[in-house]
Order: sequence, then C-alpha cells, then structure tokens
Amino acid sequence: MNATALIAEDEPLLAAALRAELAAAWPGLTVLASVGDGLRAVSEALRLLPDVLFFDIRMPGLDGLGAAMELADNWPADERPMPQLVFVTAYDEYASRAFEAQALDYVLKPVQPERLRKTVARLQQALGARAAASTQAPAAAAQALDAALAQWRQLLAAAGAGMPADAALAAANAGATASATPPGGGPLRVIAASDAGGTTVRMVPVQEVLYFEAADKYVRVLTATQEFLIRTPLKQLMAQLDAQQFWQVHRALVVRAEAIESVHRDEAGKLHLQLRGRPEKMAVSRLYAHLFRAM
Amino acid sequence: MNLNWRDLARHYLQVMAFCLVIAVVTTAIWPEDGYWRQLVYSLCMGTFIWLPIEFGRFAFLRPGETGWPRGWRGLALTALGIGVGFFLGSLAAQALIGGGPLEGFMQGRRDRYTSIIITVACGLVGSYFFHSRGQRAALDARINAVERDAAEAKLKLLETQLEPHMLFNTLANLRVLIATDPPRAIAMLDHLNSYLRVTLSGSRATAHPLAAEFDRLADYLELMSVRMGERLRYTLDLPDELRTLPVPPLLLQPLVENAIRHGLEPKVEGGRIAVQAQRADDGSVRIAVRDTGVGLQASQAAGSDGAGFGLTQVRERLATAYGAGATLQMTAGADGGTAAIVQLPATALSLTLADTPPSVHPAAPSTTRSATAPTP
Repeated sequence: MNATALIAEDEPLLAAALRAELAAAWPGLTVLASVGDGLRAVSEALRLLPDVLFFDIRMPGLDGLGAAMELADNWPADERPMPQLVFVTAYDEYASRAFEAQALDYVLKPVQPERLRKTVARLQQALGARAAASTQAPAAAAQALDAALAQWRQLLAAAGAGMPADAALAAANAGATASATPPGGGPLRVIAASDAGGTTVRMVPVQEVLYFEAADKYVRVLTATQEFLIRTPLKQLMAQLDAQQFWQVHRALVVRAEAIESVHRDEAGKLHLQLRGRPEKMAVSRLYAHLFRAM
Repeated sequence: MNLNWRDLARHYLQVMAFCLVIAVVTTAIWPEDGYWRQLVYSLCMGTFIWLPIEFGRFAFLRPGETGWPRGWRGLALTALGIGVGFFLGSLAAQALIGGGPLEGFMQGRRDRYTSIIITVACGLVGSYFFHSRGQRAALDARINAVERDAAEAKLKLLETQLEPHMLFNTLANLRVLIATDPPRAIAMLDHLNSYLRVTLSGSRATAHPLAAEFDRLADYLELMSVRMGERLRYTLDLPDELRTLPVPPLLLQPLVENAIRHGLEPKVEGGRIAVQAQRADDGSVRIAVRDTGVGLQASQAAGSDGAGFGLTQVRERLATAYGAGATLQMTAGADGGTAAIVQLPATALSLTLADTPPSVHPAAPSTTRSATAPTP
C-alpha cells in the first residue's frame, strides 16, 4: 500500500534510523520530509499533508503533543482526511500503561523492526478503512473524521497522562509549584497565585475560577472579576483539577463546564464559546468539539 | 511525647526483678524481718521510685530530646524519684504490713541510715541502668536514620546523574551507529563506558581531581553531541594549575545537564556550552558553566522545575565538601543564556584527595597569589 509520511525527530541519527526501519517495514511508504522541531513539524505537515505522522514527544520549540494539538486545529479536513498519528519516544516516561489502548500508536526508541511492523500493519489497516470511507457518502467521511479525532484525542490524553507524574515529581523536588495539593490528595481547592504586580500571593478558591489559559510564560487564572498568574504548567494543573468541573477545550484553555453559556459555530466551521460573566469569546479546538455536540 | 505501654510494662517488670534481688540483700542485713516482708518493702519503694522517674521524664524533657533528660535535669529527676520513692514507698509498706524503715526511724534504731543508703544506692544503680539502655536505643535509632538518609541521598544522586531518558536515547543512537558507522559507535561506547563508571562509583568515592571531572564532562558532552548533532557545540577550559584540585565526583555534571536540558534542548537552533575553571586573585576557584540557551526565566516558565533538584544536589555537596565557603550562583548569561557559577574557597586548593571529609585549613598564604598567573 502506498502512503506518505512525515517524521519529526530532533536527534538526526534516530530520524535516519526510523527512516531506514520504515523503508524495510513498509516499502510503499514515502517519507516526504524529516524535521527536527515541533514548529516545523506543524508547518511541514500542513504544507505536505501526509497520511502518517511519526512525532517524537520531546522536541525543541514545541513538543510532540503541542505540535499534534496545533495540527488538529489547522488541518484542512475538507481537503484531506486527518493523518494517522504515531508517537515515538525513547524512554517510557510517558507512562506506557496509559497507552495500552493505543499501544500500536506509541513506538519506543530504539525502534525494534518487529514492533514497527505491527504498527505499520495497523496503520495500513486504518488507511485502508479510510480510503473505503472516502468513496462513500459524505456522512461516512464525517464519521471517519470523528473516529480519527477520537484516536488523536485518546493518544494525546494517554501521552499527557504520563506527564503530570513526571512534572509533579520534579516540582515536588524543587518545591517550586505555584499551587498546593491538598494533603490527602483529591482535587485542588485553593490555588496560590501571584497578582499582576507579582509581589503578593493570593489564595484563590478554585470554585471561583472560571477558566485557565496558558500564556507563554505563565498560566492565567481568571475569576469573574480578577486575573492571577501561576507558573504551574496547564498539563500539570489539570491533573489536580476535577475533570467533571473543568474541561479542556483547547491546547491552552481549560474552562469551568458550568460557566459555559453558549457555543457558537462561525462560517469556517470553527467553534467559539462564551462564559457567563466574561466578555471574551474563546476558540474551541476541533479535538474537543465533540463535547459540544447537541444532546 | 507519647507513652508506649509495652515499654512501660517492660520497665516495671525490670524494676520488680531488681526489687527481688534487693530483698535478698536486705534479708541478709535484717534476717529477723524475713524475706517476704523485705520483698514488700523493696517492691513498694521500687514502685514509688520508678513511678516519678518514668513519668517525670516527660516533664523534664526538652523538645528534641528522647528518653532521658540531659545533664543536671536527669540527676535532679533521679534525686526527686529516690526521695519521693523512699517516703511514699515506706508509707505504703507500713500501711500494708506495718513496721518498715519509717518506723525504724521513729524508734531511733541504729541501722536507720542503712535503709536510706540502700535505697539511694539501688535507686542510682537502677536509674543508671535505664539511662544507659535508653541512650543506646536512641543512638541505634539515630544511626539507623542517618544510614537510611545517606542511602536515600545516594540513590537520588544516582538518579539525577543517570537520567533514564538520556540513557535510553544514547542506546538508541548507539544502535544506529553500530550498523552505519562502527568506529563512531565504538567511540560513543567508550564515552558511555567511562561516564557510567564514574556515575556508578561516584556515589562512593568522595573526591577526584578536577581534570578527571572535566574528562567526565567531556564524555557526557560528547555523548550528547552525538545525539544533538549540530545543535550542540561545547568548549572545556581547565588551566594546568587547577588540574589536581580535588572535587566531589560529578559535582558539575548536573550543571552541564541543566544547561543542555533546560537551556539548549528547548531551543530549536541549539547553542553553545562553555565550561571554564579559573583561579581568582584572592585564591578562590571559579568554575563557570555558561550556555546560550533559552535562559533562566524561559526554562522556569516551561515548567522545567526539575532543574531545581539538580541545583539543590550541587549546593548540598558543596556544603558537605567545603562548608559555607563554597557557593553556587545562577545568573542570566551575557548572550541570553544561563550561567551557573561555582565558587570554591581558597582553602579548596590546599586539600588533598585523602582529606575525607576535607578538613578546614587556614587561608592560603599570600605568597601563593603571585604564582597564580591569570589564565589567558
């Protein structure tokens, strides 16, 4: 079966090795390009529109997860079906147990030929099913898109799930988190955040928070009337929040579900949501659009 | 302080056993009373000496002390216990069976002081017995705790030095090189070999020469540059006069690792790392690890707080080896990166590899200064 692929891997030798192993395991696959950072992974994927993406998780610029999320939103799904995504990582730091469901979309380095062949078989099967769907009615194509998005979402959740443990451990060692976990575990109730001046630490009850937004250096914490900053990364913060109460709707955005007033679809088909008590409109990622399908 | 009932019961049983022996002795002195009467006296006194001492300890203990109060407080407690015990014990015995030491006092018997002497002597011996046992138990507990802490610290050090991600990525690269470029694979394996050797024995040895430290940094940087390719360039600069300076093994490794992991790795175009050792005018030694990475603030904002752990390790090891005279400072580099600067006191130079832990020497005489030509 013929297909195209993009490799994103920051270590040149490993990129070359993956390319060589793929050539052996899947002669019909054309590797269109091999890039060394997450930002170029996004731009090259959008330029070349390959069928399969092999993304390293740890990459400079933008990590594999970030690149995948960025790509999910900007992929022209009307022109090309969503690509199959495979994460490649050296060390099992991303909790491979979380990947059990998606085991074949998660390849450990050094890449073992036999293991890679299984992944290739699954990819070929998925691409075959996709090709069959595209020849049928548009409804089937829409279903295929939903299925692809669900697969990406699960893969990202699994990869993301491994991270808080790692990051939380590092933070606990450094004693430098902005938020404190309650001693008995369980969801966070209060967040220690600095105010805009950065001189005072404010204790913000989580029940007052309407949304969290990742800015480049910080995470903004917004209540109905105030804004605070914390340094804990969003991924790590989410692990400490009640998943029923707070929904991730975008790579950089976690909102209080109960505070969502309405969700709006624009001409381009993108979703925007409006929170009670906040004036701004917020973009919803395609990956999380399923949350807002009318019941 | 919480009471341990098993300990209490054990202590009291030991006291009673001691009283059985004392009763034998007193029976020998006053045979006319008989063993059983003597035993009742002995048990009553023993009990009333033991009670105030056992429970009085908690009132006398200072925060942080366990077991037995230190110094005069311990002696005062013993004296109090013996005094109270003699009086109350005699009263109790008198109430139970009549007669006893107090009666002897009132009758002005000749041996009235003998009973006091026996009580005091036995009270002291008993107190000393419990005191020394308590000391030993406390010492054992402390030794255990220290050993556990040391083992934990070693393990943590090993974990920072042998980061799994680094190891597996290196092996993955090695696997590629074996097929494509065997000579380079062998070179990489040699670097890995010497790096692992020091890492795994590093937690045992207390010091090695700075030249060896720089060699190990070169191994690590060489391994990383195979992985990162063009994205990593580095220089190592060690003046000859500092080659023999003893330093804790892999002291600088976390600094270089941080420079790569939190400085260069997040940066798309990579950058440069410069490690430089220098002798300052005042005789102190400055070792700087500079990178041209994303900088302190950016790496902290990215949530890479793991850097803090490595730095804590370096600071702790500096304090252990050199005392308060050694420092580690993190500053923003001139060209946007980060600079980690270790400052060792002038005394570090007069240490030898045998000094474990290094003893503190007086500052180096001023004549050595002229010998310290600044490195070009």
